[in-house]
Amino acid sequence: MKFDTPAGTNPIDQGKVIGKPTHRIEGPLKTTGKATYAAEWHADVPNAAHGNIVGAAIAKGRIKSMDLSAAKAAAGVITIVTADSAGALDKAGRNTAKLLGGPEIQHYHQAVALVVAQTFEQAVAASHLVRIDYDRADDGKFVLADARDAAKPVQGRAADQLLGDFEGAFAAAPVKVDATYTTADHAHAMMEPYATIASWEGDKLTLRTSNQMIDWCRMDVARTLKIPKANVRVLSPYVGGGFGGKLWLRTDAVLAALGARQAGRPVKVVMQRELMFNNSVHRHATIQKLRIGAGKDGRITALDHEGWSGNLPGGGSENAVNASRSMYAGANRMMRNRLALLDLPEGNAMRAPGEAVGSIALEVAMDELAEKLGMDPVAFRVLNDSQVDPAHPEKSFSLRKMIECLQVGAKAFGWNKRSAKPGTRRDGQWLIGMGVAAALRDSPAMTSGARVRLSADGRVTVETDMTDIGTGSYTIIAQTAAEMLGVGLDKVSVKLGDSDFPVSSGSGGQWGANSSTSGVYAACVKLREAVAAKLGIDPATATFAGGKVSGGGKNATLTQAAADGEVLGEDTIKFGGIRDQTHQSAFGAHFVEVGVDSFTGEIRLRRMLAVCSAGRILNPTSARSQVIGAMTMGAGAVLSEELVVDPRFGHFVNHDLAQYEVLVHADVPHQEVIFLPDLDPASSPMKAHGVGELGICGVGGAVANAVYNATGVRLREFPMTVDKVLAGLPELA
Amino acid sequence: MKPFTYERAKSPADAVVALARNPGAKLIAGGTNLLDHMKLEIVTPQHLIDVNGTGLDTIENTPDGGLRIGAMVRNTALAAHPRVKKDYAVLSRAIVAGASGQLRNKATTAGNLMQRTRCPYFYDTNMPCNKRDPGSGCSAQGGFSRNHAAVGGGANCICFFPSDMSNAMNVLDATVEVMKPDGTMRTIPIADFHLLPGDELPVKEFALAPGEMITAVTLPKPPGGKHFYRKVRNRASYAFALVSVAAVIQPDGTGNITLGGVGTKPWRSAAGDAAVPKGAKAVAAALFANPTATDQNQYKLKLAERTIAAVLAAAKG
Repeated sequence: MKFDTPAGTNPIDQGKVIGKPTHRIEGPLKTTGKATYAAEWHADVPNAAHGNIVGAAIAKGRIKSMDLSAAKAAAGVITIVTADSAGALDKAGRNTAKLLGGPEIQHYHQAVALVVAQTFEQAVAASHLVRIDYDRADDGKFVLADARDAAKPVQGRAADQLLGDFEGAFAAAPVKVDATYTTADHAHAMMEPYATIASWEGDKLTLRTSNQMIDWCRMDVARTLKIPKANVRVLSPYVGGGFGGKLWLRTDAVLAALGARQAGRPVKVVMQRELMFNNSVHRHATIQKLRIGAGKDGRITALDHEGWSGNLPGGGSENAVNASRSMYAGANRMMRNRLALLDLPEGNAMRAPGEAVGSIALEVAMDELAEKLGMDPVAFRVLNDSQVDPAHPEKSFSLRKMIECLQVGAKAFGWNKRSAKPGTRRDGQWLIGMGVAAALRDSPAMTSGARVRLSADGRVTVETDMTDIGTGSYTIIAQTAAEMLGVGLDKVSVKLGDSDFPVSSGSGGQWGANSSTSGVYAACVKLREAVAAKLGIDPATATFAGGKVSGGGKNATLTQAAADGEVLGEDTIKFGGIRDQTHQSAFGAHFVEVGVDSFTGEIRLRRMLAVCSAGRILNPTSARSQVIGAMTMGAGAVLSEELVVDPRFGHFVNHDLAQYEVLVHADVPHQEVIFLPDLDPASSPMKAHGVGELGICGVGGAVANAVYNATGVRLREFPMTVDKVLAGLPELA
Repeated sequence: MKPFTYERAKSPADAVVALARNPGAKLIAGGTNLLDHMKLEIVTPQHLIDVNGTGLDTIENTPDGGLRIGAMVRNTALAAHPRVKKDYAVLSRAIVAGASGQLRNKATTAGNLMQRTRCPYFYDTNMPCNKRDPGSGCSAQGGFSRNHAAVGGGANCICFFPSDMSNAMNVLDATVEVMKPDGTMRTIPIADFHLLPGDELPVKEFALAPGEMITAVTLPKPPGGKHFYRKVRNRASYAFALVSVAAVIQPDGTGNITLGGVGTKPWRSAAGDAAVPKGAKAVAAALFANPTATDQNQYKLKLAERTIAAVLAAAKG
């Protein structure tokens, strides 16, 4: 199916199943431990040996020599994979650093060996016996601030965008802000680590793994190992969190495949938690400079957002200026990303790459400018809304309700109780403040396929290689099929995460929900046609409801259609036309109340509200889970999350979950989410956008603005740890 | 983890005999600290002596009105004990401010007293660390030291001491009961139990001699007054203290204060206690006469003073 004109009325609009709050259908499997996560296919692969990864002890340099003799002689050891034993490997374009290092080392904890043993304990013990002599390079670059001046412009999607005469307009603006902000390197820190069980049958490889993008993984492992894609099967039906960290083929899968080949039996690799932070990918730290000029009437006339990030040679940038391209009006603009070379581990996508941290800086700068203008921050944002993409005025947003999000949120949150003067509200020892931020996250759509089977017992089975990374894909796909075929959810089975199934959009960039359900919609349309044809009913007028099909005066049951054999519908949705002619983004507004301890400077969240406009909300239950999780992650980014770089050793120092502080339950007392009841016919047949990344955008700005409102301390270096807050608090009386 | 041998001791006497027989062996109780270290090969004992069955798991009243806490009493049980909650509330509050429920269910009184540093360089065996590998250097100095000690540091080590429980034990003037290798007993005042890193290697952390084992901690009769444990951290739970204040403040404004997070050991002095009636500034000045702070953790001195001020303000309220 090609989607290139706005969707008309279709069966999804019935809203009998779609749009209803629905608990995840695979929930019982997860709560009873029956869901097979990557490391848990004990029944299917009972004889897997255990591989343990050895990470490089230096950040940059070469391996002079490796002594494997003690490790090889250790109890239970079957084989050891190194760059030498693996032979020549290729590297996929989606990977920046090599997944198996040596002799060259590109970053700290880059994998240099896999020790395979009969038991996990033996593999770990023998790993410590691998002796490696390194030649440490002394020219490693690890500090973004130092590398900033040598940073280069970025090409492609993140390239410079210059409109009008920024410098002239900024110079002439009577009210302006010029400030620099920094955000730290962030870790995905997903609960389930990278994990794979690899098994070979002849030259055919099966990977039971944890990955967001089945087809990319399949393609990239084939490329890396130089084997045909057709010889690889990837299974990843359950993923214990990814946040972008599992978009790619990673070390675990490659080393498990190599280990299994060398060992001559299946090998399981679960990455040690202490390697997760330096071996894998992370969100790049940024330096961001914002210059915004406005007239005395509060209208923005000049907007410059320049962002710096760093990566290994060949790696991409953090597109931090992306939200600023289209968030607010203003005729004169400069949007520029600069990329420096750093020898830290690979920077890459993490939940709302670009917008998540770009919107922190933008929304704090907007707060600073509103204050200088003497305007309410909500009113200032409303005034500067732009219904078109400023770089493409001919291109309107298909759905843009930023103003409504702000206004609905202000009312629901009690924004009118905010004191415009910072540091004036108290509750005992606590300084209380409120902050607001607007949110934008682009809503891309990706080609997505599915196959739907109707069996003689009336059951509907959906097959697609779509993944469920904790987001609720199983459920919304089941809801889609149930709605389309007029059956209850209990009649639908959903099978995901298998490369034998039609290739889907996968999970990333908040495109998964809208794209994959659209693919299922397309397959269901095919199945409806096939069923109607079997029953002699005109497919154009056939209605599907209550397990029955009717049209043209005829009535039949679904089971009749499948009585003499399964009926099948398969299709792939492709997007174009209207999607390219409009700008498609989800919008939101965040409201946050914080308390700051007047003695210690500790920041504690009190209330959070997100208002989201994201088209049809397919399942309010799982959508809310996505948004509150994203709100928590966005708050963590400005309160405590920070991979600390040690420039002497070139590594992230705090590489475990005790020291890399994601927020805990005690930090998040009350969260509310309001979804505006919108439909976007230009988006897809589902008329939906994504919410999983929208929820993280802007929230950090709202937290920072609330801290300012509470204390009068304007912090621009994130996270806002106690030491920084304290430096701005007045001396105690 | 390196292979090791293992035995269970049935009594403290059993345990010290086993220790004498196996130099370099480690006692294991809750294992919440030791097992992590063994998995990462930060420590590599060849023999473990399990002391969970030594019967040291009771809390008893002492003749002078105090409390004797067995070495194996779990943190959860200690924090929930009615007399601890009533008479030594600072101890109860300190314990529940630390770790998580699951860890506190396993962790023991003696184990918590001997909790080891949470310095990230100590945890990464690729990094120099005098505490793990004597003579290799101290990576925290000149490195990431925002969470490290601002007082009590030495050339060899600037680790902060992480135990919350120990700060409360310290402010309560507890006494550590120890069985010697020959089976006789000795006692160590809590103030002498935790050591400064000093100038010598290896870095010695505790006043135990080789082969000794903690059997109990005794608290003197209840000190009265108001009890506080104020722990400052970036996230609200499951984080070690940047600064903590364990305090017992009397109605007349006198009191005792031990600081956690800021020093290489629970941080208290007679001069600091004497300054309590004069306020936070005076207490901090007395306690921080010789700071050893880095640029990154200098803020802890100010933070500690302000946290003391918060406690003293609450004591008045």
